[in-house]
Amino acid sequence: MIYLDHNASTPVRPEVVAAMTGALSELHANPSSAHHEGQRARAAVERAREQIAALVGAKPAEIVFTSGGTEGDHAALIGAAWALEPRGKRVAISSLEHHAVHGAAEVLARGGWAIEHLPALPSGVIDVDAIDRLPDDTTVLSLMLANNETGALQPVAAAVARARARGIRVHCDAVQAAGKIPIDAHALGADYLVISAHKLGGPKGVGALVLRDGAPCEPLFRGSGHERGHRGGTENLAGIVGFGLAAASAADELPHETERLRALRDDLERRILAAFPDAVVHAADAERLPNTLALSVPEARSDHLLMALDARGVAASAGAACATGAVEPSPVLTAMGVPRALAIAALRLSVGRTTTSADIAAAAVAFADAVRAARAVSAGREVPA
Amino acid sequence: MKVLAAMSGGVDSAVAAALLAEQGHEVTGVTLKLWCYGTSPLSPRACCTLDAIDDARAVARTMGFAHYVVDAEDVFRARVLQPFLDAYASGRTPYPCAHCNQHLKFGDLVGRMQLTGADALATGHYARVTAEPDGDFALRRARDGHKDQSYALALISYDVLPRVRFPLGDLEKDAVRAHAARLGLQVWDKPESQDLCFVPDGDYAGFAARSLGETRGTAPGAFVTPDGREVGRHRGVFNYTVGQRRGLGIAAGEPLYVLGIDAPANTVTVGPRDQLLAPALATGPVNWLLPAPAASGTRVTVQIRAHHVPAAATLAPIEGGGVEVRFETPQAAVTPGQLAVFYDGDRVIGGASIARGL
Repeated sequence: MIYLDHNASTPVRPEVVAAMTGALSELHANPSSAHHEGQRARAAVERAREQIAALVGAKPAEIVFTSGGTEGDHAALIGAAWALEPRGKRVAISSLEHHAVHGAAEVLARGGWAIEHLPALPSGVIDVDAIDRLPDDTTVLSLMLANNETGALQPVAAAVARARARGIRVHCDAVQAAGKIPIDAHALGADYLVISAHKLGGPKGVGALVLRDGAPCEPLFRGSGHERGHRGGTENLAGIVGFGLAAASAADELPHETERLRALRDDLERRILAAFPDAVVHAADAERLPNTLALSVPEARSDHLLMALDARGVAASAGAACATGAVEPSPVLTAMGVPRALAIAALRLSVGRTTTSADIAAAAVAFADAVRAARAVSAGREVPA
Repeated sequence: MKVLAAMSGGVDSAVAAALLAEQGHEVTGVTLKLWCYGTSPLSPRACCTLDAIDDARAVARTMGFAHYVVDAEDVFRARVLQPFLDAYASGRTPYPCAHCNQHLKFGDLVGRMQLTGADALATGHYARVTAEPDGDFALRRARDGHKDQSYALALISYDVLPRVRFPLGDLEKDAVRAHAARLGLQVWDKPESQDLCFVPDGDYAGFAARSLGETRGTAPGAFVTPDGREVGRHRGVFNYTVGQRRGLGIAAGEPLYVLGIDAPANTVTVGPRDQLLAPALATGPVNWLLPAPAASGTRVTVQIRAHHVPAAATLAPIEGGGVEVRFETPQAAVTPGQLAVFYDGDRVIGGASIARGL
């Protein structure tokens, strides 16, 4: 199986498996306990906090461990909106955000908050000018660093400058970017930054919220003082240890891995475009994550293509995973103005640490074969899409 | 053999797929997403719901094969749902399961076989396909006559027969449940589905009006006798089918049955049971499950609805690819829209929609 779905999740790094196994078997104490065993567990958590802080250019004290990206996005957006409620009950999210952010906004809407949506440009990036037009009672803006479907990098620093001028705090979902491009939280300027371990060779079920410079944020989970009062609950020790080491490994590799991934992705893109000159690469003109290729081959519906690719040993993803298999255009592509006929053919191929150039050559051959099969199915259908 | 196994979420298709997997075939399970009205608390039997998809997935996990959900809602709407509405609105009584088999399971899914490179398509229908000595393939009744579903399969294309597998064709229902239990499939004791999967509560007229905004066939009109006398008011032709006795609400000395429905005139003709009998019927175009259409004068047994005891009859071609079916003994309640399916012994040789009684 050629795994080209690293944006969905990544293989856990072998050194991470070893470290987590060690933590599970040896660090049984509660990190909050005062005794020696507890202090050993605490030391492991704090070591991981430093490693994660180093990956994103934050201070260790700014890191709050969470159960992953979705919790991080909820903790940041809802926590900030609650803390800033005296200034207004309105938040803004970009129309390219991950479902997790839309979900957090839904929670706020249920509590009476108004939700603004920042429009996207056809290039696949958000229109930062729209920030200037947000209503005055807007308190938080949510803008991702890299889009999970297209890989398009978003103008977060520019958005922060505009938002700050209006007194609006910024939450940045950096889940898809972390470990793929360098991140400097301070240069970026976002008040809240969210990352997740399993996107960078760590385990599933653990992530971090970076609360910069004491950005106001009320906790979702309360009742105990963990994470300096920002997130109640006994720490996911083994997960945190694995996350820390994965972050350290990712940081070490970043300088050369970014370029290696870019070469692999570009090679795959070239091969597919050579075979199918009518293929459309989404967000092609935007600056993109080095590992992500989102494209549509006309008449090759994504559900057909995914099944055909899977049968040919290639794991990929449609624009975004859908539990029911429904053929619906992705909201991200729709927000970019991609026509429906192309959007329902969208496929995401994402390379990663374990991808080789041989994988790319084989995947391109399988892809061409799968497209032919998918097109034949579409052509033979009684009801055109 | 690489098999694409259609899985509805029910026990039959689960066992069909599981048995093939157990035999060592490379099975890929697929569940067609046809009609999403959300989960219906009214009926746990509804087979188009997300719960059904979860049930199918669980079976695939238990047996260790891949499973996909395939969205064919567009084909379902165009080829099953819309014809269903059109038929009711024009006074006929449709049989959507046959069209679903024709266009979805043995249509859309057959097209998708090339995605996985499948050699065969398997379903949980109770029917058999046999390879004949002359190289022909025959669709036949299931061994278990009570469960036989060959009637509902009569519109599938003759060309797909060589690629179709019915692993349950030789099994009885009890044996199927026993297999499910033996294989540890969670669906082993799941209730049978009875009604149409997209109308779990059985209220077709209500479904059409509420879910699809159908307004045709809902205007009240007259119940009339064959000689044109009005004997009551009906609630819209959508609510009636030929042969129906219950729910007419007409006070009469003898039991009255629906004899016919005239949608343009918005009348429903009623009369005593003996007037339900018809000596013959005419069909729409026949789907022949033979290398060539049957010759004029071919003697068959014909089944005119899902639970009808087949009757001896003779076929004669008529215009438009249909046949005139002349019964040896007149049959009750020949219902336009239902299928007439022609059998040679236990072999299905063709099927067609009933156009009208003669």
